Amino acid sequence: MIKRKIINNIVLALSTLSALIGLFFLFWILWTLVSKGLDAMSMKIFIYDTAPPGREESGLRNAIVGQLILVGVASAIGIPLGILAGTYLSEYGKNSKFANFIRDISDIMMSAPSIVIGAFVYAILVAPVGHFNGWAGAVALAIMMVPIVLRTTDDMLNLVPQQLREAAYALGAPKYKVIIQIVYRGAKVGVITGILLSIARIAGETAPLLFTSFNNNFFTTNLNEAMPSLTVTMFNFATSPYEDWINLGWAAAFILGVFVLSVNILGRLIIKKRKVK
Amino acid sequence: MQKIVDKSFEYLSKLSAILVLIVLVTIFWVLFEEAKPAIEAFGIDFLTNSKWAPNLEIFGGAPAIFGSVVSTFLAMIIATPIAIGIAIFLTEIAFEKLKTPIGTAIEMLAAIPSIIYGMWGLFYFAPIIREWFGGNGLGLLTAGIVLSIMILPFMAAITRDSMNTTPDILKESAYALGATKWDVIKDVVIPYAKAGIIGSIILALGRAIGETMAVTFVMGNVHKIPDSIVNAATSIPVTLANEFTEADGDLYYASLFYLALILFVISFVVIATAKFYFLRKVRKEI
Amino acid sequence: MATICKIKDELEIDIKNLSFYYAKSDKPSLKNISMPIAKNRVTALIGPSGCGKSTLLRTLNRIHDLYPGNRYEGEVIFEGRNILDKNIDLIDLRVKIGMIFQKPTPFPMSIFDNVAYGLRLQGIKNRSELEGRVEEALKGAALWNEVKDRLKEDGNALSGGQQQRLCIARAVAVKPKVLLFDEPTSALDPISTQAIEELVIELKKDMTIVIVTHNMQQAARISDYTAFMYLGELVELGVTEEFFVNPKERLSEEYITGKFG
Repeated sequence: MIKRKIINNIVLALSTLSALIGLFFLFWILWTLVSKGLDAMSMKIFIYDTAPPGREESGLRNAIVGQLILVGVASAIGIPLGILAGTYLSEYGKNSKFANFIRDISDIMMSAPSIVIGAFVYAILVAPVGHFNGWAGAVALAIMMVPIVLRTTDDMLNLVPQQLREAAYALGAPKYKVIIQIVYRGAKVGVITGILLSIARIAGETAPLLFTSFNNNFFTTNLNEAMPSLTVTMFNFATSPYEDWINLGWAAAFILGVFVLSVNILGRLIIKKRKVK
Repeated sequence: MQKIVDKSFEYLSKLSAILVLIVLVTIFWVLFEEAKPAIEAFGIDFLTNSKWAPNLEIFGGAPAIFGSVVSTFLAMIIATPIAIGIAIFLTEIAFEKLKTPIGTAIEMLAAIPSIIYGMWGLFYFAPIIREWFGGNGLGLLTAGIVLSIMILPFMAAITRDSMNTTPDILKESAYALGATKWDVIKDVVIPYAKAGIIGSIILALGRAIGETMAVTFVMGNVHKIPDSIVNAATSIPVTLANEFTEADGDLYYASLFYLALILFVISFVVIATAKFYFLRKVRKEI
Repeated sequence: MATICKIKDELEIDIKNLSFYYAKSDKPSLKNISMPIAKNRVTALIGPSGCGKSTLLRTLNRIHDLYPGNRYEGEVIFEGRNILDKNIDLIDLRVKIGMIFQKPTPFPMSIFDNVAYGLRLQGIKNRSELEGRVEEALKGAALWNEVKDRLKEDGNALSGGQQQRLCIARAVAVKPKVLLFDEPTSALDPISTQAIEELVIELKKDMTIVIVTHNMQQAARISDYTAFMYLGELVELGVTEEFFVNPKERLSEEYITGKFG
């Protein structure tokens, strides 16, 4: 009896300790990101492009713009495809063998190593044209995005009560109108939240961009050229021996971290607000 | 007219769904096609040959495969007990008021891009390893630890979700028999959530083995099977990240694709096992 | 004040001025309840949903303590001590006061291990002793004949009624002095319900039973004493035969005759 209570206390203490250890490391990383990042932040970051080491006028403008373009184009490709595919699963395929098979495939794609997707896109979109380009980076990110959006859409549309659909059909609406006007409207908040989270997820991806959009030290909005991004810039600068580049790397990490965390918090707030209603 | 729109919408959405399958199959096919010269040149020996000499056109995948396996293994043996500890803490120990904030913090940390973990590892953790264990601080041990920290929040969050599926009434029944908290955890919660917990751990393993950015910074990138885990090494994602853009020569390029194919197959098997063998019943938002 | 009948039997538990507050609530969910519970008898707690009957039951083994913030006031005397006291060892208490829940709760382990669970917690490791006690408990729960050849099977493989009897076997295996039933038949079919009711009557030879039920006929069939609760208060405690025929309180009468509830 006493032995049991002692074991109980030991195990509970160990669990609490492991939670503390985990949180310690995680907050250490967060703290590093914030302190290093804030130190390196200045207006210059947003005004100047990346420059050779030692230059005063050096910033991340080209990388930020490139990142926005890459993520924007990836979203423009990935979101509609993901929503349509998710709609198919929820509204047409339902629990058919085929729909479940696609769900499985999509789940696997969601966890596929991102660097392999980069290599794949290199083979189909970079090697044939002979040079790195922004399109390839956007497509690689879009491939990562589709399974996430698909999953959210599928789950969220499923939550819409069946009676709502029946009521619309009873008024003589065709299926696509029921889906677009009734089901989408009912699931709007959830799907938008899922999309936000998927944007945050791909915005932090580096590996698929390393050999697709590659990097570019100049400002560009041309998707046919190599395109800079915050993540690849971080990788190149952080592994360089130059102090000022490393600091720019921390600034990039900070901007990226703040973006990703804000989007996540926003997503949570939206979900919470809906629950309160 | 409306009928045509109706049908088109259905076909369009079905096509999008099929596209997911097409992409997966195409990835396999393209990786295989691109890797073909290396597969023909080295065959299955590629897996065991530890010599990687681009200048001699000799490529063996053993160091990268070894590095991937060992760094992932290290990450798993470090992260698994801590993640389960955190999950137990969050489901059974923490005060109600602490559960949500700590749980949320952990989920947030799971969302931080892995490259940030890698950067932290390079600047803050590698020096510590260098001081304690010698070497230059870059290598399998550092990579394994940084990787474990990176997968920890993910693993803890989904393990907690699995444990949370245990009905309260079942736990109450055990307490009503005079069980201690630990009795309830080990006899009721863990057995009940076993499939979910194992699935979560394997899923985290799948993430770890394919992870690039958290380890590329700290692996050292040396194509050798190291004598010690504190020495520089490489792994499949690290090799790809560092050498892909430099690969000159068809065989070099094909060998990298061979590695990518191996990684893709391994992670496919791992993830499929987790999803279909263990997590079939508990389809959650992962 | 509640009308409380004379208890001719020896007392097992004596509840005195008990109030209970759920976490984050200033309103008591049990209001100043005083009630004796007779030894080796069946006491039924009845009343409309939300009246506090389950809350009261869950106070008796302090299962409320699993959820932080819940508060008690008053006393519950058992074995000469106030079990609401901070120094009470909850593990000891719960071994002596067992509980059966609304739904069957077999643990994810074999039938044998389910029944042996409480015994093992008490440190009984001897195989033959375990086997003997498990058999005795399963016989006590009228389940032995149905499961004696499949003790190694998963407890979840049994039917709902069998699962509930398994849980009863699990609870009686540790020989508690009191057994609490929280609407034990609400998830069961009529035949399984009858089996459980017969079992309850059988069990009172060896232990004191408190049963919460939403079914008045069930209370009438199996209990010796009936307590009627309303809005967190005890309205009346009576000898069952008298209570259903001739309730002393107007509220009790209205409830019995179906005017509300």
